[in-house]
Amino acid sequence: MKKPENAVKERRQINGNTLLLLITIGLFIVMYAVGCVIYAGKGFTHLQNFLNILITNAGLLCVACGMTCVMLTGGIDISVGALIAMDCMLLAVGMSEWGMNPILLCILVLVIGVVFGMFQGFCVGYLEIQPFIVSMAGMFFCRGMTAVISTDQVSVPSDSLFYTWANAKITIPFGGYYNKKGILQVPYIRVGVVIALAVLVIIFLVLRYTKFGRSLYAVGGSEQSAAMMGLDVKKTKMEAYVLSSFLCSIGGICYCLNTMAGSVSQATGLEMDAIASSVIGGTLLTGGVGNVIGSFFGVLINGTISSLVKTNGKLLSSWANIATAALLCFFIVLQSVFALLKDRKK
Amino acid sequence: MKDNVVLTMRGICMTFPGVKALQDVDLTLYKGEIHALMGENGAGKSTLIKCLTGINNFEAGEIRLDGIDGPIRNHSTLDAQKKGISTVYQEVNLCPNLSVAENLYIGREPLTKFHTIDRKAMVEGAKRIMADLDFDIDVTQNLENYSLALQQMIAIARAVDMDCKVLILDEPTSSLDDNEVEKLFGLMRRLRDEGVSIVFVTHFLEQVYAVCDRITVLRNGQLVGEYPIAELPRVKLVAAMMGKDFDDLADIKPEGGADLSNAEMMIDAKGLSHKGTIKPFDLEIRKGEVVGLTGLLGSGRSELARAIYGADKAQTGTLKVKGQEVKINAPIDAMNLGMGLLPDDRKAEGIIADLSVRENIILALQAKRGMGHLLSRAEQEKLADEYIETLQIKTASKETLIKQLSGGNQQKVILARWLATDPDFLILDEPTRGIDVGTKTEIQKLVIQLAQEGKSIMFISSEIEEMLRTCNRLAVLRDGAKIGELDGELTQEQVMAAIAGGGDSE
Repeated sequence: MKKPENAVKERRQINGNTLLLLITIGLFIVMYAVGCVIYAGKGFTHLQNFLNILITNAGLLCVACGMTCVMLTGGIDISVGALIAMDCMLLAVGMSEWGMNPILLCILVLVIGVVFGMFQGFCVGYLEIQPFIVSMAGMFFCRGMTAVISTDQVSVPSDSLFYTWANAKITIPFGGYYNKKGILQVPYIRVGVVIALAVLVIIFLVLRYTKFGRSLYAVGGSEQSAAMMGLDVKKTKMEAYVLSSFLCSIGGICYCLNTMAGSVSQATGLEMDAIASSVIGGTLLTGGVGNVIGSFFGVLINGTISSLVKTNGKLLSSWANIATAALLCFFIVLQSVFALLKDRKK
Repeated sequence: MKDNVVLTMRGICMTFPGVKALQDVDLTLYKGEIHALMGENGAGKSTLIKCLTGINNFEAGEIRLDGIDGPIRNHSTLDAQKKGISTVYQEVNLCPNLSVAENLYIGREPLTKFHTIDRKAMVEGAKRIMADLDFDIDVTQNLENYSLALQQMIAIARAVDMDCKVLILDEPTSSLDDNEVEKLFGLMRRLRDEGVSIVFVTHFLEQVYAVCDRITVLRNGQLVGEYPIAELPRVKLVAAMMGKDFDDLADIKPEGGADLSNAEMMIDAKGLSHKGTIKPFDLEIRKGEVVGLTGLLGSGRSELARAIYGADKAQTGTLKVKGQEVKINAPIDAMNLGMGLLPDDRKAEGIIADLSVRENIILALQAKRGMGHLLSRAEQEKLADEYIETLQIKTASKETLIKQLSGGNQQKVILARWLATDPDFLILDEPTRGIDVGTKTEIQKLVIQLAQEGKSIMFISSEIEEMLRTCNRLAVLRDGAKIGELDGELTQEQVMAAIAGGGDSE
């Protein structure tokens, strides 16, 4: 008869989840490289093109980080797009009509995010309501509130401090190029990108090195087991939603820094982009598996698709949606195949 | 509190709606002993454990723990853990998506001075814990990469490392093979010698005698008694559990048995196989025959049955049912040919927990008839009443949710489900696993009775003794292949020798 130890060694295998992440990263590189080859003449090869993807998607990146945390617990938060719209509207109206201090406004937005997240988290964690329903209610609430604040398209006034932040260029000392007139174009990023990257790094560390982060994984892996091992499942779930809404509010500020306006229909479907980015990045909807590095590349892939379609110029922008759909299918099928293979091995 | 006594439970009472689950039950646990908690299903073992670990809120009685003044009452498993009472259940309660090290340390991770998790210290600690228990495994791998047995050991390791004084093992051996059970016992003995008191809940009598020091027996929610193991031989234990003298099990099989070699052929499989689970096999089963499948866990017993039944579609070979060659693509085809399969995983593949007993019973018959021919309520109730009566299913009513029944009674309901379809050929995969001795005997008798009525039965069980009692013939499997058949008067030793085979056994 075989001894159990031997059996143990046979079971060692490449971690399927790591492989998924590598596929995501590889796919991004391939996609971007293809873009560079096809659209070399249209500036795709310049560093600035890549940075523009970051600038455009800084808000989405923050939201995707939060979404990943929620999805790790096996939940979902579809209120984020609407919350961003509400944040942007609040910022725009607050500055242009109420004349509020932008710093105060930003703090207000963050506080609202936390309170909103606490409410949603309480419903999901302690009242055990389906996260989809809770955050759907949250979504309707935020969209509604956005319209209550104003139904107009409101712009951030150009004399405000916020305007200065939005236009601040943080230059990068390499990767510049001379344009046709021979002027050096120095690549740059915006404040939003710095914020979003900071969020990414912090959440990565939180997920990996803190009790809270590991609790998210444990709850998503097996709620019952997590409870049996003495974790406070309800509290952990609630905290996940608070984090999501908080990061979403940071994302809202980044988003507003980019658009400089608030409107009722802003950021519609952004929650779906965030979910798609997480899934493409290897986060399982069933919870317990995933990390923000994957989500980062998910966001980049999302951005690259848009960028490719935009650079082409002739394609209908809806082709970006179709490409995302195809990718999602690809990744979901891949995840299933991996899960099946794992079961087969057992 | 007396010296050496770690835990006393006195006069525990607990009522569930309509049932007195525990009446005045005592339990005394000494330091460094393995204490068996025995009783049939529904005797109150789990309820008592849950009172101790804070899942159930008992109504009367008191629990005292060494080192704590006054009676204690736990309000959650966490509460109990903090007092040094840990439980490891049959289903492993760890997170499959986390590494072994994390599973050992979650909730109490070593921290660095920045209050972040010290992963290095965690991995080293985990290595040390596992090495202490003589397990040489990679603790950074995810838990899901390890066998169920190892996962269970890891769960125990976690409990032990959390300074537990009282370790409760609730049916830990149900899903382990002999080798793994031996390993677990080694661990239990070692912990006992280190002063841990272990409460061991199991259905396997042999295992009780292999490791336990004392036995507490419960019956119908009441304490029968507490005995040192030497004073309670097996027969007396069974008698204590059942409350009556054990009828001689060996007698349930009719003497000699009828000669079935000329009976009508029911199942005739030639070269059937399913890639990756079962290699091509031939198998004949005649009308009125009980054929047993024997082999180690994972030898392909269930897989063979699933290939015949179409749960795993057979990829090669031919199957004749009553002489007719048939093609089975899915279980519904098999059902229409008069087959039924009672799956081994009762919880996942058998019961529909949130449906009533009646609904669970009519399920297969309804599926066979199709949605166009709904069974009327009256028909359903008649069926349910009939089977509750004939199988003596212990349930408050036919509308009781099946999840509220004890394991043995759930199994009877599933049996009823298949009997309701009036099958000619019934596959029973571990029908007696995890159920009490009394119900086991009833099910075994039922199997023989069904065979006498002219049905053919395929019987799968890990207990050779049980197979010898019920089966006319045994098919032996090893490593996913059928390697032979045994019939005539057999002894356990002969069967085990056949299972182990020559040459490659140690």
